Amino acid sequence: MPTAEFLSRIQFGFVMSFHILFPAFTIGLASWLVFLEALWLRQRSAMLRDLYFFWMKVFAGSFGLGVVSGIVMSFQFGTNWAGLSTVAGNVLGPLLNYEVMTAFFLEATFLGVMLFGWNRVSHRTHFIATCMVALGTLISSFWILSANSWMQTPQGYTMVDGVIQATDWWAAIFNPSFPTRLVHMVLACFLSTGLVVGGVSAWYLLRGVWQDKAQLMLRCALAFVAIVIPLQILVGDMSGLVVREYQPAKLAAIEARWTTEKSVPLTLFAWPDEKAERNDYAVDVPHLGSLILTHSWDGEVQGLKDFAPEDRPPVAAPFFSFRIMVGLGLLMLALAVVGLLLWWRRRLFDSRWYLRCWMAMMPAGFIALLTGWYTAEIGRQPWVVYGVLRTVDAASPVHASSVLSSLIVYFVTYMILFGFGSWYLFKVLRTGPETAPPRFGFEATASRPLAVVDDRRED
Amino acid sequence: MDLATTLPVVWFLIIGFAIMMYVLLDGFVLGIGILTPFADDEAQQELMMNTAAPIWDGNETWLVMGGAGLMAAFPRAYAVILSSLYLPVLAMLIALIFRGVAFEFRFRAHRSRRIWGVGFHLGSVVAAFAQGLMLGAIVEGMPLEGGKYLHGAFAWFSPFSVLTGMALVFGYGLLGATWLVLKTEGRPQRIARDLTRPLMLAVIAFMVMVSAWLPFLDSRLMDRWFAWPNFLYLSPLPILTVVVAAWLWRAVLANREVAPFVLALGFFALGFLGLVVGMWPNIVPPTMSIWNAASPPSSQGFVLVGAAIMIPVVLFYTAYSYRVFRGKVRAEEGYH
Repeated sequence: MPTAEFLSRIQFGFVMSFHILFPAFTIGLASWLVFLEALWLRQRSAMLRDLYFFWMKVFAGSFGLGVVSGIVMSFQFGTNWAGLSTVAGNVLGPLLNYEVMTAFFLEATFLGVMLFGWNRVSHRTHFIATCMVALGTLISSFWILSANSWMQTPQGYTMVDGVIQATDWWAAIFNPSFPTRLVHMVLACFLSTGLVVGGVSAWYLLRGVWQDKAQLMLRCALAFVAIVIPLQILVGDMSGLVVREYQPAKLAAIEARWTTEKSVPLTLFAWPDEKAERNDYAVDVPHLGSLILTHSWDGEVQGLKDFAPEDRPPVAAPFFSFRIMVGLGLLMLALAVVGLLLWWRRRLFDSRWYLRCWMAMMPAGFIALLTGWYTAEIGRQPWVVYGVLRTVDAASPVHASSVLSSLIVYFVTYMILFGFGSWYLFKVLRTGPETAPPRFGFEATASRPLAVVDDRRED
Repeated sequence: MDLATTLPVVWFLIIGFAIMMYVLLDGFVLGIGILTPFADDEAQQELMMNTAAPIWDGNETWLVMGGAGLMAAFPRAYAVILSSLYLPVLAMLIALIFRGVAFEFRFRAHRSRRIWGVGFHLGSVVAAFAQGLMLGAIVEGMPLEGGKYLHGAFAWFSPFSVLTGMALVFGYGLLGATWLVLKTEGRPQRIARDLTRPLMLAVIAFMVMVSAWLPFLDSRLMDRWFAWPNFLYLSPLPILTVVVAAWLWRAVLANREVAPFVLALGFFALGFLGLVVGMWPNIVPPTMSIWNAASPPSSQGFVLVGAAIMIPVVLFYTAYSYRVFRGKVRAEEGYH
């Protein structure tokens, strides 16, 4: 029977991977909804309102799944990682509590007004509610990335009787890896959403439905991806420099570098052999490794052999997941460049092969996001708080059989949710941005709609 | 009195408040789910759910606030309680998942509509029962050895915790019924009104049984209650509870709409307060006190600044959203 710690790691990885997809999507969607509603408030065109209502439906479903799977996360640290909570709870607890107080309540409360308040509040108030939801998603990513980055690069603490105590909250919150990782994650969420919006538009254009709306959305998505993807590559590079400075073992695993060398090549592909401590079938580009990792032609990169075997992370998982992430990032860049060219040549909407590329890239943002997290989280092993607390010491003293049963229950539950959730999402997307329901006459008591007045005639 | 003595007391009150807010606010939403089988048809079930659709998410957030607050202020208690109650916590979380997604999925579904109706009901019942089980297990006490609880994966299972589990299902049912009386009219209101009386009798019976059992528990948790002269000082609490119960009964008989809900909330809050007073100053009875479990003042003080600012703000905009959605919910007011 595997140990409770091993099963808890599998479980955490599984429930976290499932969970993060929904906040990632809703972080992007919330800002997209703010954009659509702001534009609608200025132009009052029926098309924008239809689009707002359409994406709001998509948002509601993903937000619900994010909330319920997120509650699981907030209890997971106690149920499965009692060691982590005991040793690091003094720092992690306050950060997570700030997330609840500043973000969760804001999102959850104004979500109600946003989804159900259209006939009950003024346009301006409704827009404020949408902004509050979007703000909540961003504040939430601030705290959660701060907590995770603190575990990667802990600062501002001292050890007292084997327990971490905070000494400098500013240093703990704004720890060295936090700023780049926060921006990297938020941009990843925006990109993931942008790719979905563009992909859905491409689907409508290919099917010959909702032409006007799809053209508008595809232009927005393309412009957005074209602006964000170069930024994202830049921020990713900066994040790599931080990893090199604070987590050299992680960087060595990502690049599958075994020995410390100067002017290292970039290994495009290899089969890392952890037992023999070498790479098989390596495809290397000379000097490029040093250039990317140290920004100099012959910079030195530390190898895994510098670290005791018990302090080394697994190599294959970070190595491959990092390459998938970067590969998808480059494909996104190509998608944007080709798209801009076609736009310039006025052939954006009738190049069917290009529209198919957008459809194929729909899940790319999410896959890149997940593989990026796998790189970060597997690469920091065997530590859960880097250099301070080992993952093996962080687990709860629960029975392996309890963890096995919870793992099975979560697996079955999440498969059911994922199955039904994807099906309902597919139905909403297939139907497309229909005409939004007419707005009832708005008046002070609000609960008793007096007259059915269509917005378009009203405005 | 230094910070290390006073801050844990303040945090005990804040977390107690957060959990009470959860019990009251999500209590009535879970109560709706417990009562959905009494609806005549699917349309009425949907109406019942729609009374809570705009606000359930904010209500449930108080549970996360309680959990995160416990981790921030009493990390040792958080670790011990949640890892010892592994299976009931799992049951509660899975149940809350099905309850939560049912709001959205039920509306999107056609053929699978019934499944999500059932999911909403069972999710609510199981979540309520699991919460009652956990409450009972904590009140009964978790003896710790070397800071760890080593009594097996099923130590929380006892006749007492089953009793508190059932008590909470009926209690939430009562909150749900009085909420529906407030928010609906016509036939659904009639159904809720007819349920209120038997539910009230059941809740009072459970409250008497739980109270009578308390002195016989191993944890001797409630010694504080029965030691002279404490009982004298604390006597306003049970007296007030009886007064509120009688008032609630009269309000129900008089077919009032607002009063039963408000009084049911008060009745629940008083019962909760009674248990909290009994637990004091322990957070994991019988041995872990709030001072043993507390995080250092550097952590408790840091979060307290945020709590002092944010909790009033949260209460303010929560009240605002209830105001936006005030009044009776009607069938024609569909989903978004």
